[in-house]
Amino acid sequence: MIAELGLAALWLAAALAALQLVAGAVAVRGGDPSEMALLTRPAAVTQGVLAAVAFAMLLWLFAITDLSVKLVAANSHSMKPVIFKLSGAWGNHEGSMLLWVTVMALSGALIAWIERRLPERTMQATLAAQGFVALGFYAFLLLSSNPFERLPIPAAEGQGLNPLLQDIGLAMHPPTLYFGYVGLSVAFSFAVGALLTRQVTPEFARVMRPWVLGAWVFLTLGITAGSYWAYYELGWGGWWFWDPVENASLMPWLAATALLHSASVLAARDALRAWTIMLGVVAFSMSMVGTFLVRSGILTSVHAFAVDPERGSFILILLALYIGGAFLIFALRAGTVSEGQRFAIASREGALVFNNVMLSAILAIVLFGTLYPLLTEAFDVRVSVGPPYFNPVGAIFVIPMLIVMAVGPLLRWRQGGLGRISREMALLAALVLAALVLVSLLGDISLLPILGLSLSGPLAVAAFLPLRGRSLRRLPITVWGMVIAHFGIAVALFGMASESAFSQERLAAVQTTGGATSVGPWEIVLESVTPVAGPNWTAIEGKLQARYEGGEPILLTPQSRNFWAPAQQTTESVLVTRWNGQLYAVIGDQGADGRWQLRLWWKPFVTFIWYGGMLVALGGALALIGRVRQDLKRRTATARLARRREASA
Amino acid sequence: MSALKPKHQRLILVVVALVALVGAGLLAAYALRNQASYFYLPEQMQADPPQVGQAVRLGGMVEPGSLETLPDGVTIRFAVTGNDDARVPVRFSGIVPDLFVEGSGVVAEGSLGADGVFVAENLLAKHDENYVPRELQEMEQHRAAKMAEETTVGLE
Repeated sequence: MIAELGLAALWLAAALAALQLVAGAVAVRGGDPSEMALLTRPAAVTQGVLAAVAFAMLLWLFAITDLSVKLVAANSHSMKPVIFKLSGAWGNHEGSMLLWVTVMALSGALIAWIERRLPERTMQATLAAQGFVALGFYAFLLLSSNPFERLPIPAAEGQGLNPLLQDIGLAMHPPTLYFGYVGLSVAFSFAVGALLTRQVTPEFARVMRPWVLGAWVFLTLGITAGSYWAYYELGWGGWWFWDPVENASLMPWLAATALLHSASVLAARDALRAWTIMLGVVAFSMSMVGTFLVRSGILTSVHAFAVDPERGSFILILLALYIGGAFLIFALRAGTVSEGQRFAIASREGALVFNNVMLSAILAIVLFGTLYPLLTEAFDVRVSVGPPYFNPVGAIFVIPMLIVMAVGPLLRWRQGGLGRISREMALLAALVLAALVLVSLLGDISLLPILGLSLSGPLAVAAFLPLRGRSLRRLPITVWGMVIAHFGIAVALFGMASESAFSQERLAAVQTTGGATSVGPWEIVLESVTPVAGPNWTAIEGKLQARYEGGEPILLTPQSRNFWAPAQQTTESVLVTRWNGQLYAVIGDQGADGRWQLRLWWKPFVTFIWYGGMLVALGGALALIGRVRQDLKRRTATARLARRREASA
Repeated sequence: MSALKPKHQRLILVVVALVALVGAGLLAAYALRNQASYFYLPEQMQADPPQVGQAVRLGGMVEPGSLETLPDGVTIRFAVTGNDDARVPVRFSGIVPDLFVEGSGVVAEGSLGADGVFVAENLLAKHDENYVPRELQEMEQHRAAKMAEETTVGLE
C-alpha cells in the first residue's frame, strides 16, 4: 500500500509538472496575464509537495524493510543499522533519481511560493522551464527506473547494500551533490526564463545568485567530502584520482564558480549579460553530463556502483533535449540581449572575466580528458586518462587564474589602472619570489608542488588584502564570504602541494609480535593481529603502536573486513591526525612466512586540502547569508513603502 | 586606460574567450595523444611493446602457478596471460586487491621496464560481484566462449 501511494504521488507530480509547463508557456505566449498564468505557481507548489510525499514513502519502505518492493530487496537487509537502511533509499540508482527530482520539485515550489521580484512573465517562463526539466526526470523515473516496483513474490531477505557504501560520510555525499546539481537547474530555469522574456537584468542576476551560491556551497562540500571518503575508504592513500565520477562533480563546480563570479558582475555592474546566461546553461549542462557519466556507467570507474547502460541512453536523450534546446534558445535570442555596461581591462570586471575564461578553459580540459576514452573507444582503442594529463595541462590555466584571484579583488569596478595597487602587487610579487627561493632550497621537489607551495602563502596573504583600510565591524558579510573562500583556496592549494611534495610511503612485511617499521617521523610496532566481528562483518584487526618522534605511543587498529551480505572484502584504513599532517595505515595479507603486510604513509599537511574545501564552502555560505539578508531587508522596505502608498491613497 | 566602445568590448570578450578555449582544446588534444595510457592485452604487448616507462595498462589472466612473493614480503611477481599463449611477467609492490587470485582477471596499471618485466603501480581486480573493470568483463566473456569452445571439441 505504501509503495502504491508513493507511485500515485509520483504520477500526480508528473502531471502537475506538465500542467506547470503548459500553463507557464501559455502565459508567456499570451503576453498579458491569462487565467492559465494563475495556475503555474500553485501547480509548482503542489508538485513539490507530491514529490516529497513520494520520497517519504520510499524512506518508509526502507525503514520497515518491505521486501516485497524490488528496490528494497535489492539494496537493503533486515540486519543493517537503521541509519544505513534509510541511506540505502538513495544509495542506488532509482532512489537517487527520486531524491534528485524531489529536491528539484521542492526548489521549484519555493521559488513559485516566494519569488516576486522579477516581472511575472519572466517568472512564468522560469517555472515553465523548471516544469520541463522536471517532466523529463519524472518520465525517466516512471518509464525506466520505477523505485516502487513490486516483486511478484516477496524476497526472503534483502541482498544488502554494498559495504563500501555503509559509511556515514557517503550516506550524506550523494544528497549533497544533488542539492548542488538541483541548485544549478534552478539557475538554468531562471536563465531560460530571462532569455525568453528578454529580461537579462541585474535584478535577474540578484534573484538567481542565491541559488548559484547555494549550489556552489553544496558542490564544494560534496567534492570535499567525496575526496576525503575516497582517501580513507579506498585505502590507496590518494585523495583525487581524476576518476570520471570525481570529474563529474568537478565540472559543474568549475562552471558554477564561473557563473557565480559573472552573476556578481551582472548584479553589481550590469555587464556580462549574455555571458552569464551562457554560463547558466553550461553549468546545468555539466551537472547533466555528470549525472549521465555516473548513472550510465559508460566509463570505467572505481566508483561505478550503479551501472546500467540502457538507462544511459535515456539520460543521454534528456541531456540532448535540455542542452540542445537551451543552446538553441540561446543562439536565437542571444542577439537580442543588449550590450551591458562597459569597463576597462584592468578593472574588477576585467579580472572576473579573466577568471571566467580560465575556469572555462579548465572545464574544457577536464571535459575533454573525461570524454576522450569514450571517443577513442569508438575506434576500438582503449585508453585511460589520468594525472599525467590532468595535472600539468590543468595547471597551465590554474596558475594564471590564481594570480588574478589574488589581485582582482583589489581592483576597482569599471575603472582601469594597476598603478593604484602597485604597492600591494609589489608585496605579493616579493612574497612569491621569497617563497620560491625557500621552497627550492628544501630539496628535490617537482615543478608543480614547488609552484603550489610558493603560491599558497602569498595567496593567503592576498585573500585578506581587500580588508585593508576598512572598518572590520561594518564590513558586509558578503565581503567576509569572499575573503574566507579565497583564503580557503590558498589553504587547499598548500595541502595539495605539501601532500605531493613531502608524502612518505612505507611498504613493509612485519612479524606479528613486535615487528617494527618506520615512516617519516613515525616509529610503528605491530603488536598483534586478532579476529574481530561487527554487525554484518568479520575482520582481522592489527594492533599497531605508533610513536611520533619517540613520543607517547598511539594505538592504531587497521582492519581488513569481510562483509557477508553481500560477500565482499574491504580494507579499513586508520588515520592519526596531527596539526601538521596525517599518518595513514593499512593492513594487508599475511605472507607464507607469517609476516603481515603493512602499508603506511606520512602525509604532511594533507588535512589542509579538506580544511581549505570547508573554508571555501563556509565563505560561500556566508555570502549566501549576506545576500539573503539583503534581499529580506529590501523586501520589507518595499512592503512598507507599498503600505504607506496605500495609506496615503 | 579609457573604456572601450561597447561594440568593440563585446567583440574583444568573445575573441579572448574563443582564443582561450581553442588554446585549451588544442593543448588538451596534444597532451591527450601523449599522456593517455593505452590498454594492452598480453599478445599486443609482446607484438608491439610500448616505450619503456610509458604509462600503460595491461589486462589479462593471472597465470596459475606463477604467483610468488619475494623475500621482502611485499613484492609479488606473477605472469599475465592472454590469447595465443602470450605471457607478460609483472612485478608489483603493495597490498593486492581483495579478489586478486591466480586464475582471475586483472588490469595492471604501470609501465614496461627495460628488462621486459611490467612494473605495476596499481592492480585492479574484480571489486565485488557487481563491479568488474570494464576491460575484464569483456575478457571474461571472451574466456568463457573460449572455454566452451575447448570443452566441446570432442563432441563434434
